[in-house]
Amino acid sequence: MTYLAKPKFHHPSLPKNAIGFTRRDYEASTSTLCAGCGHDSISAAIIEAAFELSIEPHRVAKISGIGCSSKTPDYFLGASHGFNSVHGRMPSVLTGANLANRDLIYLGVSGDGDSASIGFGQFAHALRRGVNMVYIVENNGVYGLTKGQFSATADRGSKSKKGVFNTDNSIDLVSIALQLGATFVARSFSGDKSQLVPLIKAAIQHRGAAFIDVISPCIAFNNHAGSTKSLEYVRAHNEAVNALDVMIGRDPITVNYAPGKVVSVTQHDGTVLNLRKINDEYDPGDRLAAMNFLQKHAALGQIVTGLLYVDSEADDLHSNFNTVSTPLNQLDTAALCPGSVTLETINDSLR
Amino acid sequence: MPLTAVNDFVIRFANVNGSGSASANEMFARAIMRMGIPMSPRNVFPSNIQGLPTWYEIRVTEAGHLGARGGTDFMVAMNPQTFNADVASIEPDGYLVYDSTRAMPPGKMRTDINVIGLPLTAICNKEYTDPRQRQLFKNIICIGALSALLDMDFAELEKLVGEQYKGKEKLIAPNVHALHLGREYAQANFSCPLGLRLKRSDKVGDRILIEGNAAAALGAVYGGATVCAWYPITPSSSVAEGFTRYCKKFRHDPDSGQARYAIVQAEDEIASIGMVIGASWNGARAFTATSGPGISLMQEFLGFAYFAEIPAVIIDVQRAGPSTGMPTRTQQCDLINCAYASHGDTKHVLLLPEDAAEAFDFTASSFDYADRLQTPVFVMLDLDIGMNHRLCRPLKWDDTKTYDRGKVLSAEDLDKVKDFGRYTDVDGDAIPYRTYPGTHPTKGTFFTRGTSHDGRAKYSENGAIYVEGMQRLLRKQDTAKELLPKPLRTNADKPTRFGVIYYGSTAPAMDEAAEMLASRGHTLNLMRVRAFPFHQDVASFIADHDFVFVVEQNRDAQLRSLIVNELDIDPVRLVPILHYDGTSITARFISGTIGDRLDALKVTPLRKAMS
Ligand SMILES: Cc1ncc(C[n+]2csc(CCOP(=O)(O)OP(=O)(O)O)c2C)c(N)n1
Ligand code: SF4
Ligand SMILES: [Mg+2]
Repeated sequence: MTYLAKPKFHHPSLPKNAIGFTRRDYEASTSTLCAGCGHDSISAAIIEAAFELSIEPHRVAKISGIGCSSKTPDYFLGASHGFNSVHGRMPSVLTGANLANRDLIYLGVSGDGDSASIGFGQFAHALRRGVNMVYIVENNGVYGLTKGQFSATADRGSKSKKGVFNTDNSIDLVSIALQLGATFVARSFSGDKSQLVPLIKAAIQHRGAAFIDVISPCIAFNNHAGSTKSLEYVRAHNEAVNALDVMIGRDPITVNYAPGKVVSVTQHDGTVLNLRKINDEYDPGDRLAAMNFLQKHAALGQIVTGLLYVDSEADDLHSNFNTVSTPLNQLDTAALCPGSVTLETINDSLR
Repeated sequence: MPLTAVNDFVIRFANVNGSGSASANEMFARAIMRMGIPMSPRNVFPSNIQGLPTWYEIRVTEAGHLGARGGTDFMVAMNPQTFNADVASIEPDGYLVYDSTRAMPPGKMRTDINVIGLPLTAICNKEYTDPRQRQLFKNIICIGALSALLDMDFAELEKLVGEQYKGKEKLIAPNVHALHLGREYAQANFSCPLGLRLKRSDKVGDRILIEGNAAAALGAVYGGATVCAWYPITPSSSVAEGFTRYCKKFRHDPDSGQARYAIVQAEDEIASIGMVIGASWNGARAFTATSGPGISLMQEFLGFAYFAEIPAVIIDVQRAGPSTGMPTRTQQCDLINCAYASHGDTKHVLLLPEDAAEAFDFTASSFDYADRLQTPVFVMLDLDIGMNHRLCRPLKWDDTKTYDRGKVLSAEDLDKVKDFGRYTDVDGDAIPYRTYPGTHPTKGTFFTRGTSHDGRAKYSENGAIYVEGMQRLLRKQDTAKELLPKPLRTNADKPTRFGVIYYGSTAPAMDEAAEMLASRGHTLNLMRVRAFPFHQDVASFIADHDFVFVVEQNRDAQLRSLIVNELDIDPVRLVPILHYDGTSITARFISGTIGDRLDALKVTPLRKAMS
């Protein structure tokens, strides 16, 4: 655990973003996770992404399930409303919240137990509905909070700290997200800040269901030889498909010296995602190819990271429902109640 | 002697599910209502869609008794599969109408009933060639024949056909023709009308005919619900479907055509309640509609909403349990499961409407209660109220009313208040203030959690802080008691030592039973409970009597248990009267059971026994 309290004092020389906030303004309570837990690195990446995007913290709603991972919303964006719900049910709470107010940014945080086991159904259905959100699974292949049982993302044949072999097939959340029609699908690694921060930024900019599977070693229960979610294993088997730059604004200045190796994707809000292709044949606009690519590399024992798929024309649940642009939670009695005259007409039709 | 009665009999249609009889039967019921005669229709149906028996019963009741009566005076037996049982169930000297095209199914015909054979299939086959038409018009021809046999005002039927096919005028003439075919056959072959007959009356007044589920759905529209998340389950599905229908009509922006609502058919009931809680947390009025099995699945979230103090409205249309039980039969069997839903110490608000009109009122106000009390509120319907058309007073709305969104701080409020603590009891009514996400850049944010928390929503395992929070939640119930619909007491003309407590769909049968008991010399004071937690008047009512009968439709006397538990009443003083076979409770049952007890008991008054 980290016991050091953070000083409240803001150093005047701390860098500020476009709306005058410092990184500090995106921080929150001190983490109570194990020192070195991958989840803390993800929190740091979220803070960095929000800072760089100059998001007003109070316009974010952070929602989670139960687990070490789901505790983290207490540790970033302290000026945002947070909702630590019940185990595996973050997606439904987020969906409802999103329906009530389409104007906020919804950040869903979950674990692999939370999303791949007890909440597998809700994970699937929130993605297929196209809820406009960023859905992050902090994936360590174990149940951290309940002390090291296998989760459903643990690879078959991997060994637990107690020496037990996992005989069940594993669930690859990224493949499933693709299959379910998530319109932004990425994978990263908690230790790879330079890849993770741009991915989170791009996911926030995306309108639609954005899913990021972040491999996040549990140093207490899953960072030993035999675990395929350990720091060492992931570092050795990482296959990054692209590197991402997020450009905000209508007229992005694209600075890139390797023409022919850059793919630019413009999202609804004008954001441009510039993908520096490390892997030449990789096209993040092709869902079928992405699925194939993943399977091919999985067979080779490689973990593909990067932006695997994005549909820049995506629709979200509100556009499917054709809801009014005013958030539903702001409609008043006059806008919602048909009134007594209408009720009289209804009464008449029932006689 | 064949039965004779004017405007006071029970007619039952035995049909094959999916044969198109439902709309014809309903038209027949409406025509009776249009003649100014109170009547009460009930569907009895299996949980399959096609091919199984269904019954549609209409109690014609000049006296206005809308509860089920029991027994059948006039049987329209159109289902060969149930024919023998249907015939056996007719009251002595009652009537049987059957399709006489084919020979009577084997079995000895009763000699104590009046048999009327209508060659419906033969008439149809002669008139129509299309098999679908033959099927559909058979029902209409039958209604036509009944109109003559029972002396129905034919003009009302013609008018109803006109209304039903408004916009499809081509269909009017053939339907009216079919009605005539039946009517003329009956007139030519029987001496019409029979002993049971209809006579125009003026007892319906301005009442309307509506299903409880539709009324609740309309209540949700009027109450300002914008988010509905649900998972299909009988007998509740028509609440969400009704909400969808009414929203399409009344909730689109007149200029843009866009929707001022969102309805999600969720993946299950856990997701449904999760969405409701998420939406309510974020300031929208949200509800779900379900039945017992769904309530079971929602348990964890309900405890969360109770503890984290998030509004939610749950409409529970109860059906017979446990498990899948009898999914298309009525009961009041979810009281305890809802009142104490979830693990740990919990207690929830229940509303107990008696009919569709109250279903409308209570559903509309449930959103005010949930917002004001910041807690889940259950609207407890049942299949009898929810899925049957019921005559009830017209729905009313006061246009001066605005929604009570409870204690919600705006950005301006936050600028004014010195200190915001999400779970701090500032006003002494045990209800704290809340904020919606996104309200203010620097003030009013808090972290919502199901773990123990202090007045500022911070995680705490401090025992004293936990106890303080739990005590405040209990005190909130006291605020609730004054806010919720009060119990209604009706005193007998004469003083009595006996009282009756009842609720929900038992009401019409109970009112009628009280009259029957009075004529047997038993006077009773009545109290209809309309909400949980109980108002002080419930305890006073019990204190005013030596014994109180608690009439309900479940096996385990659930309301009685709640009374014993919450009001610390000696169980001996509460006599359970229980009906739970899945049919609607009847006045005959109630008056029979209570009457026999009172006759047999000849109880020494408690006060005397103790002195
Ligand atoms: C209904 C329910 N069942 C079980 C638990 C116990 N539980 C808490 S966290 C957890 C697993 C968390 O695993 P994961 O989502 O992977 O999070 P991690 O701690 O690994 O970050 C379990 C089983 C619970 N809180 N609720
Ligand atoms: S147990 Fe594992 S997942 Fe939980 S805080 Fe510690 S390192 Fe992180
Ligand atoms: Mg985990």
